[in-house]
Amino acid sequence: MTTEAGTETEVKEKSEESAAQPDQSEKATEENQEVASAENVATEGEEKKEKDKEGKGISRFLPPWLKKQKSQSQVPGKETSPTKEAPRTQEAVAKVTEEEEGPAPAVNGHPEEVEEKEEVKLEQKRESPSKASADTQPAKEEKVEESAEKAPEEAKSTAEGEGAEEEKKEQKGEVEGEGEGETLTSIFQSPLRLVRKAKMKLVVCHVTLLDGTEFPCEVEKRAKGQYLFFKVCEHLNLLEKDYFGLTYKDNHEQRCWLDPTKEIKRQIRSNNWQFAFNVKFYPPDPSLLTEDITRYLLCLQLREDVASGRLPCSFVTHALLGSYTLQAELGDYEPEQPRPLDYISQLTFAPNQNKEMEEKILELYMSHRGMTPAQADSQFLENAKKLSMYGVDLHHAKDSEGVDIMLGVCANGLLVYKDRLRINRFAWPKILKISYKRNNFYIKIRPGEAEQFESTVGFKLPNHRSAKRLWKVCVENHSFFRLNTPEPPTKARFLTLGSKFRYSGRTQTQTRQASSLIDRPAPTFERTSSKRISRSLDGAPVISITEAGRDLASSAENGREPNLELPSDSKVQEVELSLGDVEATPTQSHGPTEPVLSQSPLRVHGDNIYVRHSNLMLEDHDKTQEEVLKHQASISQLKRSFMEAPPPSPPQPNQWEKRLTSSPATTLRIQQQQQQVVSVAQTEAAAADNTNSDTKEPGKTTEVEIEETVVIQEVSKATKPGHVTVTMAPPVTPPVQQEVREQEVKAAEEAVALEEAKAGKQESISSESESEEEAEYHPNVAASISHTQIPEEKEEEIEEEKREEDMKVENSYSTPDAASLPTVASQSAEAAAAEAEESRREEERGKKERAEEEERAEERETEESTEDPMVTPDETPNGHTLSEEGTAALVALAEEEKEPKMNGETSLAEAEPRPQVICCSEPPVVKTEMVTISDTFAAQKTEIATKEVPIVHTETKTITYEAAQLDGSADGEPGVLMTAQTITSESLCTTTTTHITKTLKGGLSETRIEKRIVITGDADIDHDQALAQAIKEAKEQHPDMSVTRVVVHKETELAEEED
Amino acid sequence: MAGLMAGFGNFTHAVVRGIPVSLAKEALRGKESEVDVAKARREHEAYVEVLRMRLGLEVVELPADESLPDCVFVEDAAVVCGDTALITRPGAESRRKETEAMKCALKELDLNIVEMTDETATLDGGDVLFTGREFFVGLSKRTNQRGAEILADAFKDYAVSTVPVLEGLHLKSFCSMGGPGLIVIGSSEPAQKALKTMQQMSDHRYDKLTVPDDLAANCIYMNLPNKGHVLLHCTADEFPESVKVLHSLLHMFTLPTPTLNIFATTYCPKVAPLALRNTIKTTQQGPQKDSRLFGGFILLNYQVTFLCCVSSNPNL
Repeated sequence: MTTEAGTETEVKEKSEESAAQPDQSEKATEENQEVASAENVATEGEEKKEKDKEGKGISRFLPPWLKKQKSQSQVPGKETSPTKEAPRTQEAVAKVTEEEEGPAPAVNGHPEEVEEKEEVKLEQKRESPSKASADTQPAKEEKVEESAEKAPEEAKSTAEGEGAEEEKKEQKGEVEGEGEGETLTSIFQSPLRLVRKAKMKLVVCHVTLLDGTEFPCEVEKRAKGQYLFFKVCEHLNLLEKDYFGLTYKDNHEQRCWLDPTKEIKRQIRSNNWQFAFNVKFYPPDPSLLTEDITRYLLCLQLREDVASGRLPCSFVTHALLGSYTLQAELGDYEPEQPRPLDYISQLTFAPNQNKEMEEKILELYMSHRGMTPAQADSQFLENAKKLSMYGVDLHHAKDSEGVDIMLGVCANGLLVYKDRLRINRFAWPKILKISYKRNNFYIKIRPGEAEQFESTVGFKLPNHRSAKRLWKVCVENHSFFRLNTPEPPTKARFLTLGSKFRYSGRTQTQTRQASSLIDRPAPTFERTSSKRISRSLDGAPVISITEAGRDLASSAENGREPNLELPSDSKVQEVELSLGDVEATPTQSHGPTEPVLSQSPLRVHGDNIYVRHSNLMLEDHDKTQEEVLKHQASISQLKRSFMEAPPPSPPQPNQWEKRLTSSPATTLRIQQQQQQVVSVAQTEAAAADNTNSDTKEPGKTTEVEIEETVVIQEVSKATKPGHVTVTMAPPVTPPVQQEVREQEVKAAEEAVALEEAKAGKQESISSESESEEEAEYHPNVAASISHTQIPEEKEEEIEEEKREEDMKVENSYSTPDAASLPTVASQSAEAAAAEAEESRREEERGKKERAEEEERAEERETEESTEDPMVTPDETPNGHTLSEEGTAALVALAEEEKEPKMNGETSLAEAEPRPQVICCSEPPVVKTEMVTISDTFAAQKTEIATKEVPIVHTETKTITYEAAQLDGSADGEPGVLMTAQTITSESLCTTTTTHITKTLKGGLSETRIEKRIVITGDADIDHDQALAQAIKEAKEQHPDMSVTRVVVHKETELAEEED
Repeated sequence: MAGLMAGFGNFTHAVVRGIPVSLAKEALRGKESEVDVAKARREHEAYVEVLRMRLGLEVVELPADESLPDCVFVEDAAVVCGDTALITRPGAESRRKETEAMKCALKELDLNIVEMTDETATLDGGDVLFTGREFFVGLSKRTNQRGAEILADAFKDYAVSTVPVLEGLHLKSFCSMGGPGLIVIGSSEPAQKALKTMQQMSDHRYDKLTVPDDLAANCIYMNLPNKGHVLLHCTADEFPESVKVLHSLLHMFTLPTPTLNIFATTYCPKVAPLALRNTIKTTQQGPQKDSRLFGGFILLNYQVTFLCCVSSNPNL
């Protein structure tokens, strides 16, 4: 039909659009916090790895005592994701920084933070072991393939290394959860670990899967939603996980989506760790899904939707869908089977199922002969997707006149229903802004052709929670279906208040891209019979032996394993029925918990390619600055072409990759990785030593890889009101004081981050704080990342201002009590540190109480309330001092420090620029650091990993230059953390991690931006140039900041020499 | 295997009803006008002839009922989609009984009959526009919200959107489907407004074909197993300009898809509202199957029935 065709075209267009900006999506894809996403595994893994390296590298050189110190910089979400590299890195850096800076930013004042940190680490520790144990497979397997990748070994050793650190910390006297002595013991665990483990607080989550079985999953008590979600996906062997999510019931029995970026505990409120795995975004065209297993899961969800009546359909459709279900689950109809109707009547296909329908189902079922289960699923979906309520998430509401209506959120927009009738529809492109205030939900509509003014339509929801929930769903659906990349949580230039919730996952575009990279043999999975929806078997004659025989036969025909595995043994009878095979019973004994899938992950040798983004070999050139400059142009060009180039996705196997792929072991490894991305990532993260990880790669290739890390810390201090010069945020109103400025600064920073994100790949920045009261979201699709604005503002805010601004401040918080501790906190999904959250929450609570007296009670009810920051202009005027010279200096510094590369030394340079300027020519260079050669580690690992792998030794040198501090972070007075944010982006050759920390010390507000730029490249890239360029860019992005420190960390891996 | 919701499916049957003599005097109509029953009957015969002979449809002819002067307008008495037939509750009191004969006839065709029993509901089939993917129900003098709800309930697979009909009798007084995804729409302001509404309410994109005369926008599109796309429309005698526009479809459809066969059937709204002259304007291009649009033709074992109705009397 034309209609359909039309729709398809749209889709195509969309995809084309997205294709147009491959770079962006790529980036996004890459960095999505869901690093673990299997599709990207390779890519992301790579990235992580690199980050790891940095982090490890730096931290590695730190003396233990340094590590003990907690710095605020650690704040940014450590636990964010299973991939802890980023956080870790930051942490490490932070440590370093701290050390150098001295007492300055050290914020030990918050016990909370400390705790958090501890926990995080614990979690990390725990993860690797759990992974190991979970995988019935010994690490050996992994190792083999591992080579290029991180071997479990590494993780192990690294983890141990870390362990030491942690241990120390613990000894320090910080007491965190006493372990429920989990029995995670594994071969890999070092004594240290065991000790640590003992301190973990674990909770068992019960996740109801789509087939009705329950999956118990142990998580650390403070784990984030993501962690659990990944665990579940891993269990399900699901790669295309972006369409799914976890739900829980809130105190009001409302089904809510678990926010992956937040702690589970904070969300569920009650101590009820019950979750359900559900489809969150119904793909408009399921045939575009890559894997059958994904389709199967979608089918399960839809069967449930249909059977429960959530997805209404006609009699015939019920019958047809039911028949496909039977075909998929039972295979071909066997004529000999006696009384098939008896069996069919045991299953629930429709809310109002009757004999007639069952007969129809049977009739249709018989006609499907020859159809494979996968085909049957596809047919099921093809029909289900056309249903008008497919993928529509309904919410009760009232219109302006108090008439009961339903608001339906779907891929295309917002639908308004009155009873069963659609009375209005607002397509996403028509919607300019989505907001909520208390229990009101508003959408601002783009003016039509004839109209001049935009109009706002308001709906009343039962309460503010439901309004917020609806708003969130809208934000997420819009982002997922309409954007190429998720919106940056904060690009704010403006002071904005309110919730800054954003969709943190991948968009459909990204997930499709990622899916296209999936290259694994189709995983085998069992389609469980619809027992989840089965009725009681009482009175139903078991279709015994005959059926069993037939079942066997049929399943064999379908190429299924004879023994269907029914995950749940709850209904034995039924199981028997469906299986029709006595033999099946034993299987049941595995218990529901036994993830059949994960247990028998396909380890098929295939051409799995590990995508590696920056698998470039580095040659270091000593170049003069002029040379550098000369090449800058070309470099930037390179960058550009990079970004314009199609997503690096289709991994082009380089030599070592090919080698890798050729070996079965590799394949295994890769698969494993995909399946367990999470744990791997974490494990890696845990690894403290980057050298180790580095070693491996080069080992295989026998290539030299150099990594350079530049940490630029820009400190802007607001001492006097008069000083305030905010370049970035022009429209600031006078009354807005320090807070505002800070926010501006932040905004600027964020902007920078954004830019970088664009340039780079990543994107998964999700802002978390949400105002209970209200929030806004500007779905501006066209603009995609940068243009899309989703600001959520407080009432006090002036909308006009916002409009003026291209970039809206999304996450800025300010506290009404300036005197006490104005806190501005923002988080990036990935890097959000648990501590930060903690402290922020605490503070926010306080704020809220003051600011929102009216709704206090309400807010408290809601879990979110705690997390929702309220912004109030701070009373204390402060100014920022801006220094531009710093950057230049930095560049120079950076360049100067590069010499030693050839030797594979990493130099960590810390430059402490005087208050504002760093002189290039005469940098106050203090060579503080040590040079470490990590031969030992490298050697060990290589050996363990693979024999084919050449041993690579890595030498790392870190030099830190630090500019003299004005009033110094050194003035023993601990600052108060106001904001911590980490933004990560990556391009092919550079990875930038921006870490923004705001502290309030004395009367001074200090904003620190720490940028970590990782340049990874091969011989073709002039690192010096790249570095210079990066620094330059950083400087340009923060004209108002001064550079206080430059740390150059170079890592060179020498493979050949060592051999 | 064709899905259930394969748009229009295939048209196999047509239900028509004879013209009672009472039509001339007692039928409801917007403005007084003379109706030449004899002429109307001739036209109706010609119309049926086309349906039966030219299009090869199985025509179920219901006898006229003198007590039901408007019974010839069978379109209003039932809505058939897929295997389900919704027997309506016409908005005009005098027409309620028309549904009885219709119900029997449809039962004969083995359709699932859904009756509209709610006393508060009214629905005229003329207000129901089925696009192949969804329903639009005009909220008019004859159709109310409740009627639309019941329709939505009867056809759960489809979205049912309501469209206010501010002028004219029925929604389909100024629009109809001209093909899959193609809405033929009159050029009057109310018509255009209604179209806008429909476009906004729909997740699907529809092409539109605007004809100068609202009444000419009332066509019957069908997909026939052996003939391809067929459009029944008014004759050039009545609305020459509109017919020209309609015939442009020939070219439109020839590009990517099989030729559209246009049969013209006419009624004369001004003189004799129901006079149906059947003039075949264009030649048939030969049987065409469009598997792209209608992939798989068998709708399971269900008979897809097209309730072919005499175009509603615009003057009513």
